[in-house]
Amino acid sequence: MDMGMQSRPCGKLSWGIHFLAGALVLVFLVLSSSQNANALPAFARKYGLRCSACHESWPMLNYFGQKFKDNGYQLMNDRDAPIWQNPSYWPVTFRITPIWHRVSTGKVSVDTYTSGNPVPTGTAIQRITSTGFDLSGLDFHTGGTLEKNISFYVLPSSDSTASFHFETVMARFDNLFGSSWLNLKLGKFELDNLLSEKRILTLTGNGGIYQLYHFIPVGDNNIYGQMGDNQLGVEVMGHSYNDRTRYSASLLSSSDGNVGLVTGANSYTGFFTLSQAFDVGKLGVDRIGGYAMVGEAATYYLTSGTVPIGGSGIANKSFHREGFVGQFYFGEHFDVQVVTQHGSDNAWFGQGYGNAVNPSNGTTCPTSGPCGPNNTPGTTLPGGAQAPSWNGVLVEPHYVYSPQLIFLGRYETIRMSQQANGAGCAVSLACEPNGYANGVAPSNLGNISTYTLGFRYNPFMTSRAGFAWHNEYNWLHQDGTGPSLTPIPSNVNTGEFLTGFDFDF
Amino acid sequence: MRTKLQMWTLMMGVAAALALPTLSRAQLTSGEIQSRLGMESHIGNITGHANSGRVKYDYRRYCVGCHGDLGDGNGENAVWFDTPMYQKPRDFQLGVFKCRSTPTGTLPTDQDLFDAITRGFDRSNMPPWNTFTKQQRADLVAWVKHFSPRWTNEKPGVPITIPPEPEVTAERIKAGRDVFARVQCWKCHGVQGMANGPSASTLTDDQGRPIAPFNFTDGARPKCGDTDQDIYRIFMTGLDGTPMPSFADNIKPDEAWDLVFYLRTFMAQRSVEKEMAKKLDLKPVNPNAPAGQQ
Repeated sequence: MDMGMQSRPCGKLSWGIHFLAGALVLVFLVLSSSQNANALPAFARKYGLRCSACHESWPMLNYFGQKFKDNGYQLMNDRDAPIWQNPSYWPVTFRITPIWHRVSTGKVSVDTYTSGNPVPTGTAIQRITSTGFDLSGLDFHTGGTLEKNISFYVLPSSDSTASFHFETVMARFDNLFGSSWLNLKLGKFELDNLLSEKRILTLTGNGGIYQLYHFIPVGDNNIYGQMGDNQLGVEVMGHSYNDRTRYSASLLSSSDGNVGLVTGANSYTGFFTLSQAFDVGKLGVDRIGGYAMVGEAATYYLTSGTVPIGGSGIANKSFHREGFVGQFYFGEHFDVQVVTQHGSDNAWFGQGYGNAVNPSNGTTCPTSGPCGPNNTPGTTLPGGAQAPSWNGVLVEPHYVYSPQLIFLGRYETIRMSQQANGAGCAVSLACEPNGYANGVAPSNLGNISTYTLGFRYNPFMTSRAGFAWHNEYNWLHQDGTGPSLTPIPSNVNTGEFLTGFDFDF
Repeated sequence: MRTKLQMWTLMMGVAAALALPTLSRAQLTSGEIQSRLGMESHIGNITGHANSGRVKYDYRRYCVGCHGDLGDGNGENAVWFDTPMYQKPRDFQLGVFKCRSTPTGTLPTDQDLFDAITRGFDRSNMPPWNTFTKQQRADLVAWVKHFSPRWTNEKPGVPITIPPEPEVTAERIKAGRDVFARVQCWKCHGVQGMANGPSASTLTDDQGRPIAPFNFTDGARPKCGDTDQDIYRIFMTGLDGTPMPSFADNIKPDEAWDLVFYLRTFMAQRSVEKEMAKKLDLKPVNPNAPAGQQ
């Protein structure tokens, strides 16, 4: 017995030494194969520029890359049209990420058993930790010019089981009337977020998105205000010749980017940005700007036999998000990206209305995903219901040691400034069960704090391919969304470590 | 013994023959280049430094893929630029630049290099780097200069004087056509400015690489800028390193403006000159016409 007790630590030590040795060998192999950086595949093949010319660290754009994108994927050198390309040029890049990660989620409600009885006899709250090798989805990026000043982007994207959807499909007319101030985009595209989530440098489940771009208060069912999701619509954008000043205005279907006209008949969202960059000498070019998202989405779907009919949504209710963006550079190595947000949803959304049909296919809920009640005629708001609102901030510093090695961090916090409350809450978690007298939720319900640390090392990049060794740790804390520890729901902490190869060709 | 000697002689001969082409243009070493890291540039009240901490980083991030670590134009992407459609990246070690405000054969001013970085070069893979701060661009000018010993041995030329632009008239456009015929611009650029003159297909740059003359008619902008002053400057200073010579000795300043106006009639962009030429029903020059009888 004693020997057994002693042998386990020895075994662990031995395993640890082997793991460490293996990791060191891997690091050595990766580092020893390093060479100078070149260019990113699809566009680099066309223009012969290094990927570092457009990316602070792939895939995050730098100022020059942003200008290239704003020009409709054109250098504006009179050689942008595909007629100038070698006929064999095919502007396609794929990206996929094999990884190993460890996910640890606290406060999960699990069944408990007693000896000899296969039927659960109770529940307990415990932490669940999973580890293993995994895959990201696969992205096929194809974009560029169809003709001078006419550009396109198509991105079929899969989840890790190879179930595909169109993440981006858009055509764009650039420099209309010869002016960089007028460019028109139509299709499904990423909103003009200066700090782009689609070009995020992190990959973990919670750290791989900006929480601020997807925040929905607890019990709220307005999924249509997610700035991080690609949306269907039309965008007018413009910029000065050197891109110092830029604006955009988008008109979007309030469908969270889902196709098929399955939501509201007349529900639209506007998204607006304005920013100005400043030459601050040796520090670099810094940019400040603002954004606003103002929209309406349906809360009542006509019914047939009490079943909501997809695409029939009416009784629009409003929502809005607005904030500031700052991109501050302090020389060539250090920069800080900042985004703030104030958001608010109509009180009806706060009570769980707004998503009575499955927006991905128009079918009746529940089929998959979050769905809520239907705001049928005669429905009234519960007493005490109010519009949920919140404030948040995102701070993301980068230390760019070289174009091939970047260290990054991020801190995000979102604080509810007003809970939805409501005595007769449609979704129990917002004000029920048990604990919240008179439907008043605790002020911190749903608050989020999260930080991320990591680095990406590109041992090589060529004008044919990109490769990064990615390492990241994310920790997220949310108040009150765990299982109930009578009378108050518990807080949830989730941690994830991820290491893997992020590559494209 | 003799056989061994013959063998060595043969090998030495082969080695010498192989080495000969590389000796035709001495490649500067990293050490030689680094000895000029004190190079400065002066753009207005901004002083650029080749030894600023940032410029090496910027050059590596943005420029080295084409211009190479040693500034010799042999970056890893240079091999993919097909001439004459794309010009090879500039070899900074030579210290020879197309776009100058200074007379042919002289070094450009710092401002010329600064403008080139800011403007980029149309129909090449050199984009406008106006996203940089002025300080970054000034530092890059100093960095570009540090690659060539010319900047330590010579001073930049004195910028040419461009007289005020006169008013466009039909007579001036016709006079410009005479200048176009007289100095034989058509031999390369073609009688209608379509880059199809009889010499067009034979042109090479100073490195012996094929090069195409500018086609005025396809909507492209001239490499060294597209204002009237820029066009004036181009043919009065020439594009060093290319077959485009300076016509400063052949064209008087007033005639130069006439030629600018006539060249505008070729260009795809709308212009007063183009409208006037249409009303005049101006015919292309006749290469076979006697001198002064266009």
